[in-house]
Amino acid sequence: MGLGLGVMRTIEFLLLIIAILSAPVLSDLILSKVERRIDLTSQIARIASTIKAENDGSSSVSEILLSIPEVQAKNLAYLTAKLVEGKGKAKTSGVALAVEPANPKGMPPALSFYTMILPKPLANGDSVTLDVLAAFTHSLRPFPEKITQADIQLVVFQDTAHYLSPYPVKVQSLTLKLPDARIESYTKLENTKGLGSEIKYGPYENLPPFSYSPVAIHFEANQAFAVARELVREIEISHWGNVQVTEHYDIVHGGAMSKGEFSRLDYQSKPQIRGASAFKHLVAKLPPRAHSIYYRDAIGNISTSHVRGDSKKTEILIEPRYPLFGGWKTAFTIGYGLPLQDFVFESEGKRFLNFSFGSPMHDLVTDSITLKVVLPEGSKYLSVSTPFVVQQEEEIKMSHLDIFGRPVVVLKKANVVPEHNQFFQVYYQFNALAMLMEPFMLITGIFFLFVTCIIYVHVDLSISKSSASYLAKLQWDDVRATVQQIQNTVNQCLSTHEKLEASLRDLSRTGDVQACKAARKATDGLLKELSKELKPLISFLQSSPPAAHILPKVEELVAKERELQERLMAKHSTIVDSYEKKLGGRETENRVASVQQKIVALRQDIEDLMEYIDEI
Amino acid sequence: MASPESAVNGPTMTAGAASKSLRNAFGGVIAFIILVLIGVLAFSIRLFSVIKYESVIHEFDPYFNYRVTQFLSKNGIYDFWNWFDDRTWYPLGRVIGGTVYPGLTLTAGTIWKVVNSLNIPLSVETVCVFTAPIFSAFASWAAYLLTKEVKGPGAGLTAAALLAMVPSYISRSVAGSYDNEAVAIFALVFTFYLYIKTLNTGSLFYATLNALAYFYMVCSWGGYTFIINLIPMHVLLCIVTGRYSSRLYIAYAPLVVLGTLLASLVPVVGFNAVLTSEHFASFLVFIIIHVVALAYYIKGILSPKMFKVAVTLVVSAGLAVCCAVIAILIAVVASSPTKGWSGRSLTLLDPTYASKYIPIIASVSEHQPPTWPSYFMDINVLAFLVPAGIIACFMPLTDSSSFVILYIVTSVYFSGVMVRLMLVLAPAACILSGIALSEAFNVLTRSIKFQLPGIAGNPSIAVRMWCIMSTSKENGSSTVVAPNDIPKTEEAAKEKPAKKNRKKEKENVEKKPTPSKTEKRLLVLPLEASVIAVLLLVLLGAFYVVHCVWAAAEAYSAPSIVLTSHSNDGGLHVFDDFREAYSWLSHNTDVDDKVASWWDYGYQTTAMANRTVLVDNNTWNNTHIATVGTAMSSPEKQAWEIFHSLDVKYVLVVFGGVVGYPSDDINKFLWMVRIGGGVFPHIKEPDYLRDGQYRIDAQATPTMLNCLMYKLSYFRFVETDGKGFDRVRRTEIGKKHFKLTHFEEVFTTHHWMVRIYKLKPQRNRIRGKTKKSKSSRSVSSKRDVRGKRNPWH
Repeated sequence: MGLGLGVMRTIEFLLLIIAILSAPVLSDLILSKVERRIDLTSQIARIASTIKAENDGSSSVSEILLSIPEVQAKNLAYLTAKLVEGKGKAKTSGVALAVEPANPKGMPPALSFYTMILPKPLANGDSVTLDVLAAFTHSLRPFPEKITQADIQLVVFQDTAHYLSPYPVKVQSLTLKLPDARIESYTKLENTKGLGSEIKYGPYENLPPFSYSPVAIHFEANQAFAVARELVREIEISHWGNVQVTEHYDIVHGGAMSKGEFSRLDYQSKPQIRGASAFKHLVAKLPPRAHSIYYRDAIGNISTSHVRGDSKKTEILIEPRYPLFGGWKTAFTIGYGLPLQDFVFESEGKRFLNFSFGSPMHDLVTDSITLKVVLPEGSKYLSVSTPFVVQQEEEIKMSHLDIFGRPVVVLKKANVVPEHNQFFQVYYQFNALAMLMEPFMLITGIFFLFVTCIIYVHVDLSISKSSASYLAKLQWDDVRATVQQIQNTVNQCLSTHEKLEASLRDLSRTGDVQACKAARKATDGLLKELSKELKPLISFLQSSPPAAHILPKVEELVAKERELQERLMAKHSTIVDSYEKKLGGRETENRVASVQQKIVALRQDIEDLMEYIDEI
Repeated sequence: MASPESAVNGPTMTAGAASKSLRNAFGGVIAFIILVLIGVLAFSIRLFSVIKYESVIHEFDPYFNYRVTQFLSKNGIYDFWNWFDDRTWYPLGRVIGGTVYPGLTLTAGTIWKVVNSLNIPLSVETVCVFTAPIFSAFASWAAYLLTKEVKGPGAGLTAAALLAMVPSYISRSVAGSYDNEAVAIFALVFTFYLYIKTLNTGSLFYATLNALAYFYMVCSWGGYTFIINLIPMHVLLCIVTGRYSSRLYIAYAPLVVLGTLLASLVPVVGFNAVLTSEHFASFLVFIIIHVVALAYYIKGILSPKMFKVAVTLVVSAGLAVCCAVIAILIAVVASSPTKGWSGRSLTLLDPTYASKYIPIIASVSEHQPPTWPSYFMDINVLAFLVPAGIIACFMPLTDSSSFVILYIVTSVYFSGVMVRLMLVLAPAACILSGIALSEAFNVLTRSIKFQLPGIAGNPSIAVRMWCIMSTSKENGSSTVVAPNDIPKTEEAAKEKPAKKNRKKEKENVEKKPTPSKTEKRLLVLPLEASVIAVLLLVLLGAFYVVHCVWAAAEAYSAPSIVLTSHSNDGGLHVFDDFREAYSWLSHNTDVDDKVASWWDYGYQTTAMANRTVLVDNNTWNNTHIATVGTAMSSPEKQAWEIFHSLDVKYVLVVFGGVVGYPSDDINKFLWMVRIGGGVFPHIKEPDYLRDGQYRIDAQATPTMLNCLMYKLSYFRFVETDGKGFDRVRRTEIGKKHFKLTHFEEVFTTHHWMVRIYKLKPQRNRIRGKTKKSKSSRSVSSKRDVRGKRNPWH
């Protein structure tokens, strides 16, 4: 079945081959050795080629062409080439070469070309070794395309056994690394070896340019085919010390579509068999010291996630709400905060953010990524440097208490693989004083609120100054002030009475009659003065109509107070008198008793009246 | 001997005066700070749900309100009024703009808009989650204002503090409980406050505000009918007890005129404001108050003799008008089938009405009458304080305190009919308990203040104490005992003689005092009794606080879409099955697919999964719900036909048998049968009961074991443990092994709580097999008979 598929699926390739075979040879370059290793253990097909190129012509060559069939090229996510220096074991991959899409003339139309520009032209007879890494997404096609819950997921990968190149290739070989599982079938050519999970084609020797020999490998692949159809990452910088990252994922299982029933029972009892093609969780590797991590979706928090961290990384295991079978979708958001000093640096008067581009998830293919870097309000002179080509825009975001808005750098790219997790930089200028603007705004706002309150309380806002109710209110205020004054005066009187009593006490202790008499005289004068003070206040109350209902009480208060004064004086004089006459304590008390009772009752009355007036 | 005593007295007196003036100067500020703190308390006690669970909308109705708010914030107010929702009640749809109380939605929408215009990026969800706590702070402030009008600021503060944490109100206003009641209770209390304020001041300004507050209440909740019946009752009471005044007229007449005009502006009320019986009481009282006002006016301008003539005239004219109005009323009422009352109102007047005629209303648990424990749970110690508060309101009885009494009496009745209306009782209970507590503290602290050991030697105080005790002994203690301290009287009485003796020994110098001439009644209790009583009251308050915090934290904070359980080792296990299912539906089905489920899950499905549902929690169409109920209680094939005729693609059932979740569809199933049977008589409740008992074990009836609900709930359930033991019903299920022919399982959540089935496509017709086709024809002819019962054929 797999082979049949191979034939069917390569009809397009046949046309391609015909076109290729009629193409001219480009230059005098010869590829003396090509080793290709294709890693198919994840959903991303990674092709690592080591190419040794030799200049066989007379003129020097400064660039080398790579050709990729267009069917594959549209899935090409990542392509780099590096110069290998040294020989044998001491090989080190050195400078990365610039790889650019090219469109050389006279080439077959079904191929896409990329040129690698060498740092120095290759002279006649010289050779150069290159490491080329290409990553393709969506190139493992599920076959069958629809499976049930119990089925395993089989995929087909197609490529050519011969290295497709515009140059003649002397020696070449191809190794395919498959996941550690069943291999349904693979195209058998000459020199084909299957070793466990590895399939080896080659070595083949002396093949002309554009040699092509299609192979198809049909194998079991149950690993997560997690594809983010859309990923929006928002990185918000706050110079108060935080870089907040929010990532919105729209995930789909990109493997074979699930058909028929989903039985939770089967899935729970035999998850390895009855849910082999499903994936339960994703793992994200966040930078160290990530904090305030959350994981939620449109309808709330998702409680199935685990975080563990050490000094090098923070690892978060995310379980979507339900296991994802082929074609099932889900969407969620994760967010986390990072310390500012780890990602924002300052150089030559400019600040720059140094942050990784792609998603922190393991083995996630992102169809379309939108990266938004939100800089603080007041940032100027933005510039971006990225290790690969991305689409760039700028916009403004209004956030907490902004007036002008925060500048946002928007970077967009399609078809992103983990290889894209490289650092990019956003340069900007920002004055630290601008940080204080928002707190200052708040302080000003609250200050003016209080000022308004103060003004409102103190300013007379009534429109008609002559209206009856307004005048009545003014009068009432006067009355209240007067009553307050009267109360104060009465209180003073009462405290004067205390002095009188105190003098009596002194008398009993020291026996100084003269001092006691003097004290009485002093208090008497004081009380007279106070009652003089009271007079105009009472007369004012009598004259003002709103005080009518409170007047009797006030008058009663004053009268009672006067009576109290008299009684106290009487008591005082009696005691002093009897002291002078050297009467016994018992007798004195008998003489004073009736007055004393009266005094107590009067005091009580005054207190009650005061309380009553207070309540008004 | 006397002089040293007064020496002690001196400083205390001045200190007392100083503290008094301090109290007066800062009283307002302190009250303000206390109010702010009460607001903070009311807000923060409701945040347990966010802290313990998450910031998420709770339960069922809030999801609908949330969805409406989302629509409002996205499309604006005009689209909102015209919103015809085609994602619910398929294929009928629902005119949301005209059938929803918009108060809550507009409030949250406005908050959202204001906040976002200030560039504070809050999501609609966040605003919705925190609307209820914010408004409960407002409600406690409104309770302060209302109680202050009735009994002064002390009682006001106590009432506000009590209302801030009364469990009954917390149950409806925790963060996330985004329901009408959250703002309605504030509107209710505030409207009452403005009414009392108008009544006390006679200010037309407050009367206008009152009408506006009433308008807000009408916008917010159907419970506004409580206001428009309670206030007329109070007005009538005032008139009958001879308390008519121009203030009463100003408080009432503008409210009826403006309030009715404003109420009819709300689409959901519209002409109901003048057409339904709920509003007639207000009009009747409106007429009466005018008659009375006229009578008083004429009495004022006429001599007594002339007045007597006029009375006959007015009374006869008034009677004529009344008769005419009553005749019109009777005519209108008689012409409508429910006698002009809505089903829920009738349930209030006749508690047995719903269970007899409207199973949908009866099927909702919050429409059941409450049990005694639920009173203790929901208002706790307030239940004991309320009687004391009522007594306090009678001394003296004013217009405002009589209103509070009327409020508590009616709300106690309503809460006894429907557990949901406990919410209306809660503010009344808080206000009265606030009055009771405040009065009690007032009396007790005053008693203590006069008898503190430092002042005990003060002759004036001692004498006064003496006076009171002697007078009380003479007068039979009626003036002494604080009326709201009835439980303390005995204690106090016991204390008295001892106290008296001690005093006598201590101050043997004193002569027998003359009785005090003060007219003011001094409510002084013995020191020990007062101290103990204060301690007991504080203890009571402490118990209340502890209970409220417990209720807020444990009982009322669960969002009900997320369930948690504690495992034996103390770990927390989360059951997030509902959202799992809704999330699956929203991501993995077509956006226009129709999902059938019992109506409880309608709001959640439209809000969280964004899928079209047949029925939802707005139970406006009984027939449609009955259709779903019939489908659920029919055998598979008939159910498939009903669902297929309604374009249903998925059927969602809630099943708790695996984890022991008791409010699942099997437990609600009898209501489906009842409601379905109410419209389609071929569904008979006895068919599902064995000897009157509802069971799903081997003894269950075949009808039960073959109905769709049973099959969808228990499909392949037996394979989980081999026996099919249902943990909710605590029994093995009756029919264990069966296959589904017309439905297929497409999704079941992690704990099996939600199971989603897909309707299988119609089979291709198989020709040639005559025997089978015959039998199928006989089935189809049967189906035709049934088809007449099914309105969708």
